[in-house]
Amino acid sequence: MKLMKTLLAASAVIALTAGAAQAKTLVYCSEGSPEGFDPAPYTAGTTFDASSRPIYNRLVQFTKGASTTEPGLAESYEVSEDGLEYTFKLRQGVKFHTTDYFTPTRDFNADDVLFSFERQWKSDHPWYAYSTGITWEYFNSMSMGDLLTSIEKVDDYTVKFTLSRPEAPFIANLAMDFASILSAEYAAQLEAAGTLDMLNQQPIGTGPFQFVNYQQDAAIRYASFDEYWNGVQPIDDLVFAITTDPAVRLQKLQAGECHIMPYPNPADLEVIKADPNLQMMEQEGLNIGFLAYNTQQAPFDNAAVRKALNMAIDKQAIIDAVFEGNAEIAKNPIPPTMWSYDEATVDDAYDPEAAKAALAEAGVENLSMKVWAMPVSRPYNPDARRMAELIQADFAEVGVTVEIVSMEWAEYLEQSSQVDRDGAVLLGWTGDNGDPDNFLAVLLGCDAVGGANRAQWCNEEFDALVQEAKTISDQAARTELYVKAQEVFKREAPWATIAHSLVFMPMSTKVTGYVMDPKGTHAFDGVDITE
Amino acid sequence: MIRFLLNRLLLIIPTFIGITIVAFAFVRVLPGDPILMIAGERSVSPERYQALLAQFGYDRPIWVQYWDYLSGIFQGDFGTSISTKRPVIRDFLTLFPATVELAFCATIFAVVLGIPAGIIAAVKRGTWFDQTLMGTALVGYSMPIFWLGLLLIIFFSGYLGWTPVSGRIDLLYFFPAVTGFMTIDSLLSGQDGAFVSALRHLILPTITLGTIPLAVIARQTRSAMLEVLGDDYVRTARAKGLSPGQVIGVHALRNALIPVVTTIGLQVGVMMAGAILTETIFSWPGIGKWMIDAISRRDYPVVQAGLLLIALIVMAVNLIVDVLYGLINPRIRHN
Repeated sequence: MKLMKTLLAASAVIALTAGAAQAKTLVYCSEGSPEGFDPAPYTAGTTFDASSRPIYNRLVQFTKGASTTEPGLAESYEVSEDGLEYTFKLRQGVKFHTTDYFTPTRDFNADDVLFSFERQWKSDHPWYAYSTGITWEYFNSMSMGDLLTSIEKVDDYTVKFTLSRPEAPFIANLAMDFASILSAEYAAQLEAAGTLDMLNQQPIGTGPFQFVNYQQDAAIRYASFDEYWNGVQPIDDLVFAITTDPAVRLQKLQAGECHIMPYPNPADLEVIKADPNLQMMEQEGLNIGFLAYNTQQAPFDNAAVRKALNMAIDKQAIIDAVFEGNAEIAKNPIPPTMWSYDEATVDDAYDPEAAKAALAEAGVENLSMKVWAMPVSRPYNPDARRMAELIQADFAEVGVTVEIVSMEWAEYLEQSSQVDRDGAVLLGWTGDNGDPDNFLAVLLGCDAVGGANRAQWCNEEFDALVQEAKTISDQAARTELYVKAQEVFKREAPWATIAHSLVFMPMSTKVTGYVMDPKGTHAFDGVDITE
Repeated sequence: MIRFLLNRLLLIIPTFIGITIVAFAFVRVLPGDPILMIAGERSVSPERYQALLAQFGYDRPIWVQYWDYLSGIFQGDFGTSISTKRPVIRDFLTLFPATVELAFCATIFAVVLGIPAGIIAAVKRGTWFDQTLMGTALVGYSMPIFWLGLLLIIFFSGYLGWTPVSGRIDLLYFFPAVTGFMTIDSLLSGQDGAFVSALRHLILPTITLGTIPLAVIARQTRSAMLEVLGDDYVRTARAKGLSPGQVIGVHALRNALIPVVTTIGLQVGVMMAGAILTETIFSWPGIGKWMIDAISRRDYPVVQAGLLLIALIVMAVNLIVDVLYGLINPRIRHN
């Protein structure tokens, strides 16, 4: 059997090598190189697309195309009354990949779950620092270390997580990339061989595709995993052709060198739509682009001033010019596709006259301020410079002079976090786990002041609502609290909410079965190509 | 000659130390640091930030870090990449052949076309050929690499469909890297069509990277030839009744080549810079693209080791050029 499996894995490689006519190969022109193939130490979506999505599974997983969760490697789970104990029943008969570097002798079980989390959690774990300079950024930023009290193996197929406090987004956290389940048996093999580094370079998981080879900065090859618990894939091979430049990606797509690509240039969308060999999928992204005032700096510490400035911004003009119409006006800090979105919110309508009057009433005259424009393009803001110029013109209408500030991205991220920062900052966010907490607490919570809370806004009423919502698991009750929080947000206006953008995915008309993910990840299970 | 070589070699030491300082300081002078880049929009708490600084050893005094870097290099340890967690030297060795292959082809392209073009232009000075050629060279020299590369792709790959868009070889072919040079590895693999595919993938990047050196070499050859052709000994050679071929090929060219060889050597440095853009456009997995990524991620170990290694190579090439220069021109040796 072992020989058989090795042969199967080898034949997948040979099929690629020989370019066998029957093998169906899907080529994805990815936008960058993965940093490694163990997802947990990383934070970049590019890395997750190449690691956690094809190779691994998690206990719970995001439903395709949605931000809700469904069972993954755990068939079911129970939460105790007090919300502190989560007991997972694991799926049986789940196989790990068989490759030329590893042959599993057992199925997935509780040991793998314990291994996958304890290595990120316990500093005395042999895998805690398995590679030079390794850190567990997502595990830490989701506060998993403080949250977990224990992870116990009840039996081979039952695992119990005990938390230090009730945390409603916990299940959504477990569907995130850092919570991918690795093979403890494979880790033991590497430990015995003294080659711990290989965990990050020759991955073994339970996912739909198994790793074949990575040619650095050029291509990643995967083969469909024949024993995947959730069904065999329609394609035989999956190849990531790493192509950094968006214009070149499009050329490759048009020349038939790849089947599907992410992140097209906004200016190319019309060309793509007109090409008969291409189709374009689009979806509302789980994102928000905003202008964050520094609410600790006068006169922006006055909510009336912030509201007045919000009224001065012509958001529709921004959407037309910066997003080429491919976005919608944002009125709440969370996107409309997210549960608990407050439909009833009334946006500060564009009204320069009212804005001018409100500024005068607040005693603000001859205001001059800085607006920070990001130097990079992001789905939530493809051209911050242009956006800043439009805001500059809008503010000039109401007598506010704007100086546009821009700097290199690393510096931008650092300086914009400073509590004493001068001016309002253009930035945005794409959701990690589909939970409103991931926007409201991460970006606007009191804990995040001096960090991700670029408005430096700590409002007790808002913070109490968001913190309370975190501790109850009933979604209806949480929704009520989040709606109230959004009302406080709107009243206090720490940001000018600008846009929720559409995300595009151009692909060959041969591609079928691709489902876009609102969180912006790219996964290829279930995708087929017709000839 | 030996003294000349010794002098050259001795100069390497201060240059080397200078480069380590520049490479080390360069990435640290840039605002932001690797930890902030990892955190991105999410940001990082001050406590966590301090803990990570300590973990990477960046909380130590700057001279201690520099000493660490320098002593590491002398022990052959170039550090570990913060983002990939792989040893820098391993990534460098994996990617470097791709850059060498491209730069080599571009150099050949520039020299093989540039020198004859320069000679012909000089001999036929003032004719329409000369003017067209030098006009074209000026255009080639002024063309931004990024724009030229994209233009070539759109025209030759997109519109005509003659060449592949990007990459080093068709994804159909897949074999282990033996030498890292795709042209050689494709031959070693014995797979039908692999070598041709590798060559086809080289065409556009070679032209893109080679165009500026080609223009520079053609112009340099032309002006050097013109100067030499006016010299007394050429007139003497002509007066002796030597054929024009002999006058140009033997007497004039040998002397004209001296400044041209220097130019070619200097173009290697220019090409390293050009490779960064060319590799980015053509998704060419070489060290240029690798350095760009490392700089934007503030991957200190990669930037400081990568810059050093690249500088060493440029130095080595220029040393070789200096030696060649001595061989071609005996006057250098004897002074």
